[in-house]
Amino acid sequence: MNPITRRKLIYGGVAAAAGVGGLAAADRLAKRFGLIPPDGTGVYGPGETLTYACQRVITAHLPVREFPRSMISKNPFANEIAPPKDDFKRLEASGFKDWRLVVDGTVQHPLSLSLADLKNLSVHSQVTEVACEEGWSYIAEWIGTPLSGVLREAGMLPQTRYIIYSSIEKGLWESIDVPEAMRPQTLLTMGMNDGDLPVKFGGPLRLRVPRQLGYKSLKFVNHITATDDIRKFGSGRGSVDPDYGYAWYAGI
Amino acid sequence: MPVASQLEKTTTARHSAVVRVTHWLTFIAFIALLVTGFEIMISHPRFYWGEVGNVNTKPLFVIPIPASRDTVPTGYGYVMPDQNGWSRYLHFEAAWVAVLAGLVYGIYGLWSGHVRKNLIPERRDRNGRAYRARIAQYFRRRPPGRAEETSYNVLQRTAYLIVIFVLFPLIIWTGLAMSPAFTSAFPWTSVLLGGRQSARTIHFFVSWLLLFFLLVHVTMVAVSGFRRRMRAMITGTMRDSEESQ
Repeated sequence: MNPITRRKLIYGGVAAAAGVGGLAAADRLAKRFGLIPPDGTGVYGPGETLTYACQRVITAHLPVREFPRSMISKNPFANEIAPPKDDFKRLEASGFKDWRLVVDGTVQHPLSLSLADLKNLSVHSQVTEVACEEGWSYIAEWIGTPLSGVLREAGMLPQTRYIIYSSIEKGLWESIDVPEAMRPQTLLTMGMNDGDLPVKFGGPLRLRVPRQLGYKSLKFVNHITATDDIRKFGSGRGSVDPDYGYAWYAGI
Repeated sequence: MPVASQLEKTTTARHSAVVRVTHWLTFIAFIALLVTGFEIMISHPRFYWGEVGNVNTKPLFVIPIPASRDTVPTGYGYVMPDQNGWSRYLHFEAAWVAVLAGLVYGIYGLWSGHVRKNLIPERRDRNGRAYRARIAQYFRRRPPGRAEETSYNVLQRTAYLIVIFVLFPLIIWTGLAMSPAFTSAFPWTSVLLGGRQSARTIHFFVSWLLLFFLLVHVTMVAVSGFRRRMRAMITGTMRDSEESQ
Protein backbone atom coordinates (compact mmCIF):
# COMPACT_ATOMS: atom_id res chain seq x y z
CA MET A 1 0.00 0.00 0.00
CA ASN A 2 1.17 3.50 -0.70
CA PRO A 3 1.67 5.40 2.52
CA ILE A 4 -0.21 8.67 2.60
CA THR A 5 2.57 11.14 3.05
CA ARG A 6 2.22 14.69 4.31
CA ARG A 7 3.18 15.99 0.89
CA LYS A 8 0.37 13.99 -0.74
CA LEU A 9 -2.10 15.33 1.82
CA ILE A 10 -1.06 18.92 1.15
CA TYR A 11 -1.19 18.46 -2.64
CA GLY A 12 -4.55 16.71 -2.39
CA GLY A 13 -5.92 19.41 -0.11
CA VAL A 14 -4.77 22.22 -2.39
CA ALA A 15 -6.20 20.45 -5.45
CA ALA A 16 -9.54 19.84 -3.72
CA ALA A 17 -9.75 23.46 -2.53
CA ALA A 18 -8.89 24.73 -6.02
CA GLY A 19 -11.52 22.41 -7.48
CA VAL A 20 -14.27 23.55 -5.11
CA GLY A 21 -13.26 27.19 -5.50
CA GLY A 22 -13.15 26.85 -9.28
CA LEU A 23 -16.60 25.24 -9.39
CA ALA A 24 -18.07 27.96 -7.17
CA ALA A 25 -16.54 30.69 -9.35
CA ALA A 26 -17.73 28.96 -12.53
CA ASP A 27 -21.24 28.68 -11.09
CA ARG A 28 -21.32 32.41 -10.26
CA LEU A 29 -20.01 33.37 -13.69
CA ALA A 30 -22.48 31.04 -15.42
CA LYS A 31 -25.40 32.54 -13.48
CA ARG A 32 -24.26 36.09 -14.10
CA PHE A 33 -23.92 35.69 -17.85
CA GLY A 34 -27.01 33.50 -18.26
CA LEU A 35 -25.03 30.41 -19.22
CA ILE A 36 -27.26 27.94 -17.38
CA PRO A 37 -30.02 26.58 -19.64
CA PRO A 38 -33.60 26.51 -18.30
CA ASP A 39 -33.37 22.70 -18.00
CA GLY A 40 -29.91 22.86 -16.44
CA THR A 41 -31.04 21.16 -13.25
CA GLY A 42 -31.17 17.57 -12.03
CA VAL A 43 -28.92 14.70 -13.07
CA TYR A 44 -28.27 15.99 -16.56
CA GLY A 45 -27.84 19.61 -15.41
CA PRO A 46 -24.03 19.65 -15.36
CA GLY A 47 -23.74 18.18 -18.88
CA GLU A 48 -26.39 20.49 -20.34
CA THR A 49 -24.85 23.53 -18.67
CA LEU A 50 -21.36 22.70 -19.93
CA THR A 51 -22.64 22.19 -23.47
CA TYR A 52 -24.79 25.32 -23.53
CA ALA A 53 -22.21 27.53 -21.82
CA CYS A 54 -19.41 26.41 -24.16
CA GLN A 55 -21.53 26.95 -27.24
CA ARG A 56 -22.61 30.39 -26.01
CA VAL A 57 -19.02 31.42 -25.31
CA ILE A 58 -17.31 29.84 -28.32
CA THR A 59 -19.79 29.73 -31.20
CA ALA A 60 -22.86 31.90 -30.47
CA HIS A 61 -21.61 34.88 -32.48
CA LEU A 62 -21.02 32.86 -35.65
CA PRO A 63 -23.44 32.15 -38.51
CA VAL A 64 -24.44 28.60 -39.33
CA ARG A 65 -23.02 27.05 -42.50
CA GLU A 66 -24.76 27.99 -45.73
CA PHE A 67 -24.53 25.79 -48.79
CA PRO A 68 -24.47 26.43 -52.54
CA ARG A 69 -27.85 26.12 -54.26
CA SER A 70 -26.51 23.07 -56.10
CA MET A 71 -26.56 21.20 -52.79
CA ILE A 72 -30.30 21.71 -52.19
CA SER A 73 -31.84 18.27 -51.57
CA LYS A 74 -33.99 17.14 -54.53
CA ASN A 75 -36.28 15.14 -52.33
CA PRO A 76 -36.35 16.58 -48.81
CA PHE A 77 -37.95 14.43 -46.16
CA ALA A 78 -41.01 15.90 -44.47
CA ASN A 79 -41.20 14.55 -40.95
CA GLU A 80 -44.49 13.35 -39.49
CA ILE A 81 -46.95 15.99 -38.36
CA ALA A 82 -50.11 15.58 -36.37
CA PRO A 83 -53.23 15.61 -38.57
CA PRO A 84 -54.39 19.25 -38.91
CA LYS A 85 -57.28 20.35 -36.70
CA ASP A 86 -60.43 22.02 -38.02
CA ASP A 87 -59.30 25.58 -37.28
CA PHE A 88 -56.09 24.96 -39.23
CA LYS A 89 -58.05 23.50 -42.15
CA ARG A 90 -60.30 26.56 -42.16
CA LEU A 91 -57.28 28.88 -42.31
CA GLU A 92 -55.73 26.73 -45.04
CA ALA A 93 -58.95 26.81 -47.11
CA SER A 94 -58.74 30.60 -47.34
CA GLY A 95 -55.07 30.55 -48.32
CA PHE A 96 -53.93 31.46 -44.78
CA LYS A 97 -54.98 35.09 -45.32
CA ASP A 98 -56.37 35.12 -41.79
CA TRP A 99 -53.23 33.60 -40.24
CA ARG A 100 -51.96 35.87 -37.49
CA LEU A 101 -48.66 36.01 -35.71
CA VAL A 102 -49.19 37.57 -32.30
CA VAL A 103 -46.16 39.17 -30.67
CA ASP A 104 -46.47 40.07 -26.99
CA GLY A 105 -44.73 39.88 -23.61
CA THR A 106 -41.89 42.22 -22.73
CA VAL A 107 -42.37 44.46 -25.77
CA GLN A 108 -43.41 48.11 -26.06
CA HIS A 109 -46.08 47.53 -28.73
CA PRO A 110 -47.65 44.09 -29.00
CA LEU A 111 -48.31 43.16 -32.61
CA SER A 112 -50.66 41.00 -34.60
CA LEU A 113 -49.19 40.40 -38.05
CA SER A 114 -50.61 38.72 -41.12
CA LEU A 115 -48.40 36.81 -43.54
CA ALA A 116 -48.69 39.80 -45.90
CA ASP A 117 -47.40 42.07 -43.12
CA LEU A 118 -44.44 39.72 -42.60
CA LYS A 119 -43.70 39.65 -46.32
CA ASN A 120 -43.57 43.45 -46.31
CA LEU A 121 -40.63 43.29 -43.92
CA SER A 122 -37.18 42.62 -45.33
CA VAL A 123 -37.11 39.24 -47.06
CA HIS A 124 -34.06 37.02 -46.63
CA SER A 125 -33.21 33.64 -48.02
CA GLN A 126 -30.69 31.07 -46.84
CA VAL A 127 -29.62 27.63 -47.99
CA THR A 128 -29.19 25.73 -44.72
CA GLU A 129 -29.41 22.19 -43.47
CA VAL A 130 -32.13 20.73 -41.28
CA ALA A 131 -30.57 18.11 -39.03
CA CYS A 132 -32.94 15.93 -37.04
CA GLU A 133 -31.98 14.51 -33.65
CA GLU A 134 -32.68 11.07 -35.17
CA GLY A 135 -29.68 11.50 -37.45
CA TRP A 136 -31.07 12.33 -40.89
CA SER A 137 -30.75 15.69 -42.63
CA TYR A 138 -31.52 17.63 -45.78
CA ILE A 139 -30.63 21.00 -47.29
CA ALA A 140 -33.22 23.48 -48.52
CA GLU A 141 -33.55 27.13 -49.34
CA TRP A 142 -35.61 28.94 -46.72
CA ILE A 143 -37.22 32.29 -47.43
CA GLY A 144 -38.68 34.64 -44.85
CA THR A 145 -38.02 37.54 -42.58
CA PRO A 146 -35.59 37.53 -39.67
CA LEU A 147 -37.20 37.22 -36.24
CA SER A 148 -34.96 40.06 -35.08
CA GLY A 149 -36.77 42.55 -37.34
CA VAL A 150 -40.17 41.61 -35.91
CA LEU A 151 -38.82 41.90 -32.35
CA ARG A 152 -37.39 45.34 -33.13
CA GLU A 153 -40.71 46.37 -34.69
CA ALA A 154 -42.45 45.37 -31.46
CA GLY A 155 -39.89 47.27 -29.39
CA MET A 156 -38.45 44.39 -27.40
CA LEU A 157 -37.59 45.62 -23.91
CA PRO A 158 -33.98 45.36 -22.71
CA GLN A 159 -34.79 43.01 -19.82
CA THR A 160 -35.95 40.32 -22.27
CA ARG A 161 -33.94 37.09 -21.91
CA TYR A 162 -35.88 34.49 -23.87
CA ILE A 163 -38.17 34.44 -26.87
CA ILE A 164 -40.98 31.92 -26.64
CA TYR A 165 -42.64 30.74 -29.84
CA SER A 166 -45.65 28.48 -30.03
CA SER A 167 -47.45 26.44 -32.61
CA ILE A 168 -51.14 26.57 -33.50
CA GLU A 169 -51.08 22.97 -32.26
CA LYS A 170 -52.03 23.15 -28.61
CA GLY A 171 -49.20 22.52 -26.17
CA LEU A 172 -46.32 22.79 -28.61
CA TRP A 173 -43.98 25.60 -27.67
CA GLU A 174 -40.29 26.36 -27.76
CA SER A 175 -37.95 29.08 -26.67
CA ILE A 176 -34.50 30.38 -27.52
CA ASP A 177 -32.25 32.88 -25.79
CA VAL A 178 -32.13 36.46 -27.04
CA PRO A 179 -28.71 36.17 -28.79
CA GLU A 180 -30.04 33.22 -30.82
CA ALA A 181 -33.29 35.08 -31.55
CA MET A 182 -31.42 38.15 -32.80
CA ARG A 183 -29.20 36.21 -35.21
CA PRO A 184 -30.01 37.17 -38.83
CA GLN A 185 -30.35 33.48 -39.76
CA THR A 186 -33.13 32.90 -37.23
CA LEU A 187 -35.85 33.21 -39.80
CA LEU A 188 -39.65 33.44 -39.73
CA THR A 189 -39.92 31.21 -42.77
CA MET A 190 -42.77 31.43 -45.29
CA GLY A 191 -41.09 30.03 -48.40
CA MET A 192 -39.04 27.01 -49.29
CA ASN A 193 -37.08 26.36 -52.47
CA ASP A 194 -38.70 29.29 -54.35
CA GLY A 195 -42.28 28.33 -53.46
CA ASP A 196 -44.57 28.82 -50.49
CA LEU A 197 -43.59 26.77 -47.45
CA PRO A 198 -45.65 23.57 -47.78
CA VAL A 199 -47.83 22.57 -44.84
CA LYS A 200 -45.90 19.32 -44.40
CA PHE A 201 -42.73 21.37 -43.86
CA GLY A 202 -44.44 23.68 -41.34
CA GLY A 203 -46.23 26.17 -43.59
CA PRO A 204 -47.51 28.77 -43.58
CA LEU A 205 -45.04 29.91 -40.91
CA ARG A 206 -42.14 28.09 -39.35
CA LEU A 207 -39.38 29.56 -37.23
CA ARG A 208 -36.10 28.26 -38.61
CA VAL A 209 -33.40 28.11 -35.95
CA PRO A 210 -30.66 26.63 -38.13
CA ARG A 211 -27.97 26.65 -35.45
CA GLN A 212 -29.93 24.00 -33.55
CA LEU A 213 -31.42 20.61 -34.40
CA GLY A 214 -34.68 20.35 -36.31
CA TYR A 215 -36.98 20.11 -33.34
CA LYS A 216 -36.21 23.72 -32.40
CA SER A 217 -37.53 24.84 -35.82
CA LEU A 218 -41.15 24.78 -34.72
CA LYS A 219 -43.86 24.41 -37.35
CA PHE A 220 -47.13 26.43 -37.64
CA VAL A 221 -45.92 29.32 -35.49
CA ASN A 222 -48.67 31.78 -34.55
CA HIS A 223 -47.50 33.29 -31.28
CA ILE A 224 -44.28 34.88 -30.05
CA THR A 225 -43.81 36.00 -26.46
CA ALA A 226 -40.78 37.86 -25.18
CA THR A 227 -40.03 37.22 -21.53
CA ASP A 228 -37.57 38.01 -18.79
CA ASP A 229 -38.64 34.99 -16.73
CA ILE A 230 -38.79 31.66 -18.54
CA ARG A 231 -39.73 29.82 -15.33
CA LYS A 232 -43.26 31.18 -15.54
CA PHE A 233 -44.00 29.14 -18.65
CA GLY A 234 -45.05 25.50 -18.73
CA SER A 235 -43.02 23.36 -16.35
CA GLY A 236 -40.40 26.13 -16.18
CA ARG A 237 -37.79 24.31 -18.21
CA GLY A 238 -37.81 26.50 -21.29
CA SER A 239 -39.94 24.49 -23.69
CA VAL A 240 -42.11 21.46 -24.06
CA ASP A 241 -39.00 19.37 -24.92
CA PRO A 242 -37.84 18.58 -21.36
CA ASP A 243 -41.41 17.37 -20.61
CA TYR A 244 -40.85 14.78 -23.34
CA GLY A 245 -37.35 14.07 -22.04
CA TYR A 246 -35.51 16.19 -24.63
CA ALA A 247 -32.92 18.88 -24.05
CA TRP A 248 -33.98 22.52 -24.32
CA TYR A 249 -30.71 23.46 -26.01
CA ALA A 250 -30.26 21.58 -29.27
CA GLY A 251 -27.20 23.23 -30.81
CA ILE A 252 -25.37 20.23 -29.29
CA MET B 1 3.57 -22.02 -2.97
CA PRO B 2 6.61 -21.62 -0.70
CA VAL B 3 5.86 -20.46 2.83
CA ALA B 4 8.50 -17.75 2.76
CA SER B 5 6.84 -15.86 -0.05
CA GLN B 6 3.59 -15.72 1.87
CA LEU B 7 5.30 -14.07 4.82
CA GLU B 8 6.81 -11.17 2.95
CA LYS B 9 3.80 -9.62 1.29
CA THR B 10 5.54 -6.75 -0.41
CA THR B 11 3.75 -4.82 -3.14
CA THR B 12 4.88 -3.01 -6.25
CA ALA B 13 3.35 0.26 -7.41
CA ARG B 14 1.61 -0.32 -10.74
CA HIS B 15 -0.80 2.44 -11.77
CA SER B 16 -0.73 6.04 -10.58
CA ALA B 17 -3.82 7.63 -9.02
CA VAL B 18 -4.46 9.82 -12.07
CA VAL B 19 -4.37 6.80 -14.38
CA ARG B 20 -6.71 4.80 -12.14
CA VAL B 21 -9.28 7.57 -11.61
CA THR B 22 -9.39 8.60 -15.27
CA HIS B 23 -9.47 4.92 -16.34
CA TRP B 24 -12.61 4.18 -14.34
CA LEU B 25 -14.30 7.48 -15.17
CA THR B 26 -13.70 6.77 -18.85
CA PHE B 27 -14.99 3.23 -18.41
CA ILE B 28 -18.26 4.39 -16.83
CA ALA B 29 -18.65 7.15 -19.43
CA PHE B 30 -17.89 4.75 -22.30
CA ILE B 31 -20.52 2.23 -21.18
CA ALA B 32 -23.07 5.05 -20.93
CA LEU B 33 -22.05 6.36 -24.36
CA LEU B 34 -22.26 2.90 -25.89
CA VAL B 35 -25.75 2.13 -24.57
CA THR B 36 -27.18 5.57 -25.31
CA GLY B 37 -25.40 5.71 -28.67
CA PHE B 38 -27.10 2.47 -29.62
CA GLU B 39 -30.47 3.85 -28.50
CA ILE B 40 -29.96 7.00 -30.59
CA MET B 41 -28.77 4.98 -33.59
CA ILE B 42 -31.89 2.78 -33.70
CA SER B 43 -34.07 5.83 -34.26
CA HIS B 44 -32.55 5.93 -37.75
CA PRO B 45 -30.56 2.76 -38.46
CA ARG B 46 -29.54 3.98 -41.92
CA PHE B 47 -26.14 5.41 -42.78
CA TYR B 48 -25.09 7.75 -45.55
CA TRP B 49 -22.02 9.39 -47.02
CA GLY B 50 -21.73 13.12 -47.68
CA GLU B 51 -23.52 16.08 -46.20
CA VAL B 52 -27.16 14.99 -46.26
CA GLY B 53 -29.10 11.76 -45.96
CA ASN B 54 -32.67 10.81 -45.11
CA VAL B 55 -35.22 8.14 -45.98
CA ASN B 56 -35.59 9.66 -49.46
CA THR B 57 -31.85 9.29 -50.09
CA LYS B 58 -29.93 6.19 -51.08
CA PRO B 59 -28.18 4.88 -47.98
CA LEU B 60 -24.59 3.69 -47.82
CA PHE B 61 -25.82 0.76 -45.75
CA VAL B 62 -28.72 -0.11 -43.49
CA ILE B 63 -28.57 -1.96 -40.18
CA PRO B 64 -31.19 -4.70 -40.61
CA ILE B 65 -33.07 -4.02 -37.38
CA PRO B 66 -36.43 -2.40 -36.63
CA ALA B 67 -36.21 1.34 -35.90
CA SER B 68 -37.56 3.18 -32.87
CA ARG B 69 -39.40 5.63 -35.13
CA ASP B 70 -42.19 4.69 -37.50
CA THR B 71 -41.00 7.13 -40.19
CA VAL B 72 -38.11 4.84 -41.11
CA PRO B 73 -39.06 2.07 -43.54
CA THR B 74 -37.27 -0.99 -42.17
CA GLY B 75 -39.45 -3.77 -43.54
CA TYR B 76 -40.34 -4.87 -40.03
CA GLY B 77 -43.91 -4.60 -38.89
CA TYR B 78 -43.12 -3.08 -35.52
CA VAL B 79 -41.36 -0.13 -33.96
CA MET B 80 -38.87 -0.44 -31.11
CA PRO B 81 -39.34 1.54 -27.88
CA ASP B 82 -38.16 5.11 -28.37
CA GLN B 83 -35.53 6.06 -25.78
CA ASN B 84 -33.96 9.04 -27.53
CA GLY B 85 -34.76 11.72 -24.95
CA TRP B 86 -32.84 10.50 -21.91
CA SER B 87 -30.35 8.75 -24.17
CA ARG B 88 -29.34 12.07 -25.69
CA TYR B 89 -29.16 13.84 -22.32
CA LEU B 90 -26.96 11.03 -20.95
CA HIS B 91 -24.90 10.67 -24.14
CA PHE B 92 -23.73 14.27 -24.01
CA GLU B 93 -23.20 14.31 -20.26
CA ALA B 94 -21.15 11.10 -20.46
CA ALA B 95 -19.25 12.62 -23.38
CA TRP B 96 -18.25 15.50 -21.10
CA VAL B 97 -17.02 13.04 -18.46
CA ALA B 98 -14.99 11.17 -21.08
CA VAL B 99 -13.58 14.35 -22.61
CA LEU B 100 -12.62 15.90 -19.28
CA ALA B 101 -11.12 12.63 -17.98
CA GLY B 102 -9.30 12.29 -21.31
CA LEU B 103 -7.91 15.82 -21.03
CA VAL B 104 -6.66 15.24 -17.49
CA TYR B 105 -5.16 11.91 -18.52
CA GLY B 106 -3.60 13.32 -21.69
CA ILE B 107 -2.01 16.31 -19.98
CA TYR B 108 -0.80 14.16 -17.08
CA GLY B 109 0.42 11.43 -19.42
CA LEU B 110 2.51 13.77 -21.53
CA TRP B 111 3.73 15.87 -18.62
CA SER B 112 4.66 13.06 -16.21
CA GLY B 113 6.38 10.93 -18.82
CA HIS B 114 3.73 8.18 -18.51
CA VAL B 115 3.16 8.19 -22.27
CA ARG B 116 6.87 8.23 -23.09
CA LYS B 117 7.87 5.59 -20.54
CA ASN B 118 4.89 3.25 -20.51
CA LEU B 119 3.11 3.63 -23.84
CA ILE B 120 5.53 4.50 -26.63
CA PRO B 121 7.14 1.19 -27.69
CA GLU B 122 10.65 0.71 -26.38
CA ARG B 123 13.41 1.36 -28.87
CA ARG B 124 14.32 -2.31 -29.24
CA ASP B 125 10.68 -3.15 -30.04
CA ARG B 126 10.22 -0.65 -32.85
CA ASN B 127 10.47 -3.23 -35.61
CA GLY B 128 8.33 -5.80 -37.34
CA ARG B 129 10.16 -8.68 -35.68
CA ALA B 130 9.15 -7.55 -32.19
CA TYR B 131 5.51 -7.29 -33.29
CA ARG B 132 5.60 -10.71 -34.99
CA ALA B 133 7.17 -12.30 -31.92
CA ARG B 134 4.43 -10.92 -29.68
CA ILE B 135 1.66 -11.92 -32.06
CA ALA B 136 3.12 -15.44 -32.15
CA GLN B 137 3.18 -15.48 -28.35
CA TYR B 138 -0.53 -14.62 -28.26
CA PHE B 139 -1.41 -17.25 -30.87
CA ARG B 140 0.52 -19.95 -28.99
CA ARG B 141 -1.29 -18.77 -25.87
CA ARG B 142 1.94 -18.54 -23.90
CA PRO B 143 1.39 -16.94 -20.50
CA PRO B 144 2.80 -13.44 -20.13
CA GLY B 145 6.37 -13.23 -18.89
CA ARG B 146 7.55 -11.59 -15.67
CA ALA B 147 8.32 -8.30 -17.42
CA GLU B 148 4.68 -7.95 -18.45
CA GLU B 149 3.57 -7.84 -14.83
CA THR B 150 4.83 -4.30 -14.48
CA SER B 151 5.14 -3.10 -18.03
CA TYR B 152 3.23 -3.26 -21.31
CA ASN B 153 4.51 -5.19 -24.30
CA VAL B 154 4.74 -3.64 -27.74
CA LEU B 155 1.30 -4.82 -28.87
CA GLN B 156 -0.36 -3.45 -25.75
CA ARG B 157 1.48 -0.17 -26.12
CA THR B 158 0.45 0.14 -29.74
CA ALA B 159 -3.18 -0.70 -28.96
CA TYR B 160 -3.33 1.83 -26.11
CA LEU B 161 -1.68 4.54 -28.22
CA ILE B 162 -4.17 3.97 -31.04
CA VAL B 163 -7.14 4.07 -28.66
CA ILE B 164 -5.90 7.13 -26.75
CA PHE B 165 -4.49 9.23 -29.57
CA VAL B 166 -6.44 8.09 -32.66
CA LEU B 167 -9.82 6.51 -31.89
CA PHE B 168 -10.70 8.62 -28.87
CA PRO B 169 -9.96 11.97 -30.58
CA LEU B 170 -11.68 10.72 -33.75
CA ILE B 171 -14.91 9.80 -31.96
CA ILE B 172 -14.98 13.24 -30.30
CA TRP B 173 -14.26 14.98 -33.59
CA THR B 174 -16.92 13.07 -35.53
CA GLY B 175 -19.38 13.72 -32.69
CA LEU B 176 -18.73 17.45 -32.75
CA ALA B 177 -18.92 17.48 -36.56
CA MET B 178 -22.60 16.57 -36.20
CA SER B 179 -23.33 19.64 -34.07
CA PRO B 180 -24.86 22.50 -36.07
CA ALA B 181 -23.61 25.12 -33.58
CA PHE B 182 -20.08 23.69 -33.39
CA THR B 183 -19.76 23.47 -37.18
CA SER B 184 -20.86 27.11 -37.39
CA ALA B 185 -17.60 28.00 -35.68
CA PHE B 186 -15.46 25.27 -37.22
CA PRO B 187 -16.97 24.26 -40.59
CA TRP B 188 -13.77 22.43 -41.59
CA THR B 189 -14.43 19.83 -38.86
CA SER B 190 -17.35 18.65 -41.00
CA VAL B 191 -15.94 19.42 -44.46
CA LEU B 192 -12.72 17.44 -43.88
CA LEU B 193 -14.73 14.34 -43.03
CA GLY B 194 -16.89 14.67 -46.13
CA GLY B 195 -19.97 16.16 -44.46
CA ARG B 196 -22.32 15.64 -41.56
CA GLN B 197 -23.57 12.21 -42.66
CA SER B 198 -20.01 10.99 -43.28
CA ALA B 199 -19.15 12.15 -39.77
CA ARG B 200 -22.11 10.15 -38.41
CA THR B 201 -21.03 7.05 -40.33
CA ILE B 202 -17.42 7.32 -39.13
CA HIS B 203 -18.68 7.93 -35.57
CA PHE B 204 -20.61 4.66 -35.84
CA PHE B 205 -17.59 2.67 -37.05
CA VAL B 206 -15.21 4.16 -34.50
CA SER B 207 -17.63 3.21 -31.72
CA TRP B 208 -17.47 -0.39 -32.99
CA LEU B 209 -13.66 -0.26 -32.95
CA LEU B 210 -13.73 1.05 -29.39
CA LEU B 211 -16.16 -1.70 -28.38
CA PHE B 212 -13.85 -4.24 -30.01
CA PHE B 213 -10.94 -2.82 -28.01
CA LEU B 214 -13.00 -3.04 -24.80
CA LEU B 215 -13.85 -6.71 -25.42
CA VAL B 216 -10.26 -7.69 -26.23
CA HIS B 217 -8.96 -5.62 -23.30
CA VAL B 218 -11.31 -7.26 -20.78
CA THR B 219 -10.61 -10.72 -22.21
CA MET B 220 -6.86 -10.17 -21.89
CA VAL B 221 -7.24 -8.93 -18.32
CA ALA B 222 -9.36 -11.99 -17.56
CA VAL B 223 -6.92 -14.55 -18.96
CA SER B 224 -3.81 -12.92 -17.49
CA GLY B 225 -5.05 -12.78 -13.89
CA PHE B 226 -8.31 -10.93 -13.47
CA ARG B 227 -8.20 -10.30 -9.72
CA ARG B 228 -4.59 -9.27 -9.74
CA ARG B 229 -4.96 -6.80 -12.58
CA MET B 230 -8.26 -5.40 -11.32
CA ARG B 231 -6.58 -4.90 -7.97
CA ALA B 232 -3.73 -3.05 -9.67
CA MET B 233 -6.14 -0.74 -11.49
CA ILE B 234 -8.19 -0.13 -8.34
CA THR B 235 -5.61 0.10 -5.53
CA GLY B 236 -2.64 0.91 -7.71
CA THR B 237 -0.45 -1.90 -6.39
CA MET B 238 0.40 -5.48 -7.24
CA ARG B 239 1.44 -8.15 -4.78
CA ASP B 240 4.94 -9.33 -5.59
CA SER B 241 4.45 -12.73 -4.02
CA GLU B 242 1.29 -13.68 -5.80
CA GLU B 243 1.81 -15.89 -8.83
CA SER B 244 0.09 -14.82 -11.98
CA GLN B 245 -2.60 -17.22 -13.09
